[in-house]
Amino acid sequence: MSVDATALDHHTHDDHGHHDHHQTFISKYIFSTDHKMISKQYLITGLIMGVIGIAMSILFRIQLAWPEQSFTIFEIFLGKWAPEGVMDPSIYLSLVTIHGTIMVFFVLTAGLSGTFSNLLIPLQIGARDMASGFLNMVSYWLFFLSSVIMVCSLFVEAGPAAAGWTIYPPLSALPNSISASGAGMTLWLVSMAIFIASSLLGSLNYVVTVINLRTKGMSMTRLPLTIWAFFVTAIIGIVSFPVLLSAALLLIMDRSFGTSFFLSDIYIGGEVLHNQGGSPVLFEHLFWFLGHPEVYIVLLPALGISSEVIATNSRKPIFGYRAMIASILAIAFLSTIVWGHHMFVSGMNPFLGSVFTFTTLLIAIPSAVKAFNYITTLWKGNLQFNPAMLFSIGLVSTFITGGLTGIILGDSTLDINVHDTYFVVAHFHLVMGISALYGLFAGVYHWFPKMFEGRMLNKNLGYVHFWVTAIGSYAVFFPMHFIGMAGLPRRYYSNTAFPYFDDLADVNTMITIAAIITAAVQLVFLYNFISSIFYGKRGPKNPWKSNTLEWTTELKHIHGNWEGEIPHVYRWSYDYSKLNEDETDYVIPGQDYIPQNIPLQPGEEEMNH
Amino acid sequence: MTVFLVLIVIALFAVAIWQMSKIYALSKGNSQGDDGEVANGKDNRINAKLMVMFMVFLYFLMFYCFWHYSKFYLPEASSAHGSKYDNLMFISIAVIMVVQVITQFLLHFFAYKYKGEKGKRALFYADNDKLEFIWTIVPVIVLAGLIIYGLFTWSDIMNFEEDEDALVIELYAQRFNWKARYAGDDNILGDANVRFIEGVNQLGIDPSDTDGSDDVVTQELHLPVGKQVIFKLRSQDVLHSAYMPHFRAQMNVVPGMITQFSFTPTVTTAEIRETDYMQEKMRTIQEIRREKSKELVAKGEPALDAYDEFDYYLLCNKICGSSHYNMQMKIIVETQEEYDEWMKGQKTFAQSMTE
Repeated sequence: MSVDATALDHHTHDDHGHHDHHQTFISKYIFSTDHKMISKQYLITGLIMGVIGIAMSILFRIQLAWPEQSFTIFEIFLGKWAPEGVMDPSIYLSLVTIHGTIMVFFVLTAGLSGTFSNLLIPLQIGARDMASGFLNMVSYWLFFLSSVIMVCSLFVEAGPAAAGWTIYPPLSALPNSISASGAGMTLWLVSMAIFIASSLLGSLNYVVTVINLRTKGMSMTRLPLTIWAFFVTAIIGIVSFPVLLSAALLLIMDRSFGTSFFLSDIYIGGEVLHNQGGSPVLFEHLFWFLGHPEVYIVLLPALGISSEVIATNSRKPIFGYRAMIASILAIAFLSTIVWGHHMFVSGMNPFLGSVFTFTTLLIAIPSAVKAFNYITTLWKGNLQFNPAMLFSIGLVSTFITGGLTGIILGDSTLDINVHDTYFVVAHFHLVMGISALYGLFAGVYHWFPKMFEGRMLNKNLGYVHFWVTAIGSYAVFFPMHFIGMAGLPRRYYSNTAFPYFDDLADVNTMITIAAIITAAVQLVFLYNFISSIFYGKRGPKNPWKSNTLEWTTELKHIHGNWEGEIPHVYRWSYDYSKLNEDETDYVIPGQDYIPQNIPLQPGEEEMNH
Repeated sequence: MTVFLVLIVIALFAVAIWQMSKIYALSKGNSQGDDGEVANGKDNRINAKLMVMFMVFLYFLMFYCFWHYSKFYLPEASSAHGSKYDNLMFISIAVIMVVQVITQFLLHFFAYKYKGEKGKRALFYADNDKLEFIWTIVPVIVLAGLIIYGLFTWSDIMNFEEDEDALVIELYAQRFNWKARYAGDDNILGDANVRFIEGVNQLGIDPSDTDGSDDVVTQELHLPVGKQVIFKLRSQDVLHSAYMPHFRAQMNVVPGMITQFSFTPTVTTAEIRETDYMQEKMRTIQEIRREKSKELVAKGEPALDAYDEFDYYLLCNKICGSSHYNMQMKIIVETQEEYDEWMKGQKTFAQSMTE
């Protein structure tokens, strides 16, 4: 199949070579159908949303450290929600809700997967563009629209959605339960519905592209692990996002058309509602059927990026290539049958709890294999500590730390007492939040030259960014496990309502200080990012001496990616430091890497990896 | 203590920044090299050292947290199943900490040891089925052990056997407070539905159901020690979660359905107040509160209450609205005699309706 596609492409390419594309500003920068431009659009939109999301977390961390005290910063950003500078309890809930929504969906789903799937799928498989450039453009603009709606919801009179990012009904369904469940919640649902449409269009496009448009010789077992990760991520997205859409639609009906899918026997605001027979537990099932795979939608692309970055910078093949693919597939499959571990104490049948404990702990196995394989890839390598490499190693570190506590939370028994405490907050921030953010940063540092025509990010600012972030994020999230095990519930506006948490206040203060420092150092990254777009030093065509096809393209972006014919592929992407037959030198003398488009050399054997 | 901790954190950040600035200065002077923004030998050396320093930091952080914060872990469980819970928790934490210490060491140590040098040759090492088999099978075995242990405990806790004299209590959640309904002499809860809510009948007990007439509705939860309690949980508005950390107990409260959880309290309120753990904890908290009160009084604000006695508590642990953080109920575990005494003073549903 891929051969046909290449042949077809070969014809169209001649047109590319000879015609100058006259592009207007609008067709080049705004309604672009070029995957490289779309990936930049995704990245920049994602980063802007990230700034909003992280800023919100700082606001509520300040409230947690110094509860109910007056801060000018609250007055500036929260306005009427902070009378005399003291944060209002309902805006606290809105902040945690929108922080979660923005970070999970807008930054780590669209910003990470959207950016790098778009940039790398065509470039690494050797395709001129996505299967459908138009759908790709529509996908981005739907994402943009949903971002705009989400940001607009912050300015609603009654406040943005405040039912937690999981928006469990009845709280999210009844505007008289919390004022924010009115227009704010409506906008949240509309925004997410559009987001899901965007994500589905993008995912379908990625899957079709990977299946059909691989260049000659690029068999599935020669694909870089990045592509495997994006490919499988897209499939999980196609399987699970529609279920969230159905949950959202049913919720909209309950809210606006008087149905009772999730509502039953409710007395609120002095009257009994007519709703009868629905169940909020049904919503929980539907939500987590997406919600859990979502964790892997966020994480797998990050792991794919770190696989590529670690192999390149270790100057070694990734260890256990096939095991890595098998792990990705196993994680993807298992991710769709573990959602119930979020619901051990939801009131569902305890037998279901046993089943979900079993499947959940199974997921630890492929995850462990991946972690060990990363560590073995470092072993006896020749590690080049570029910023991307540091972030990838950081990712492995937080992935292990956060993943291990999953063994506790995935155990239905142990979940009873740490469910919805700070232990959970610590766990998922390390394993999916920080890890995926590290993956995002690794990707940006590594492929920045590919995005911005050879300009590179300043490495020293990158080092500062990494080391402070690495120390800071552990200082924020590691102590949180302990206040969680002390029984401190999450989503509490203040822990001073009862005296028994008074001795945890110091830890909360320390966490907030670390969070502020960590957030502040992200400004270094932003500065580096923006200034390097315009003034970054230009590097060589293949700055990291990498094997994958994207580095065979010219620095200058052209529509169709390769000036001439699309390169053919003769080997997998991990031939780093491969020696020749008599082991006197590398296969290509003096060069420790063999790009995928180099044919097998005389006497060289292709690895049966 | 915090001051110390904050100082350490700041010091570590300072060291990190100082090191950064050194790198920055060094590489500035060296920017004439042709490496551009690609890591050179010097970057590799410095970052390799930082890897080791980071590993030390990470171990220090873990050690510090376990040393100083493990005291925050809840006191020994006050319920019969709680000790099984604590055992499983202890074993799981031990297992994951062993893995954590080893893997983080390997990760950072390899990063240090195999730092890039000019002319060094990396080992082309793509596969080793034996190794991969080992680290698939070892997690399988360890996890199998944890899963089996966990599942047995889970089914003990959730598929409990009902003792003949088990006490049936309804926990009733409404924003933002809890009520308890005791089943009364017949130990059967009367039917209830939000549609019966009217006047003093705040829990919607069906007045025509005779089972309900001896039910007792209270604001505090009193439990006789050593007797199994079966909680039936009901909510009148949104999702709540009844979280009783000291009893290792939690169950969501779902409008439209009745969920349940059961445990046997084993330590009375009076007993737990006497434990070393609780006395120490109370001393710490009282000290903190005294300090704070002093500051408040100096500002002309009312002092905090002294908090001289510990009580068990029930918290809401599912976001339920703006006062979610303040939705709690006091739990008192007492001897059977004290419990009976207290119960005598309560009004039955029938009594409160006729008043």
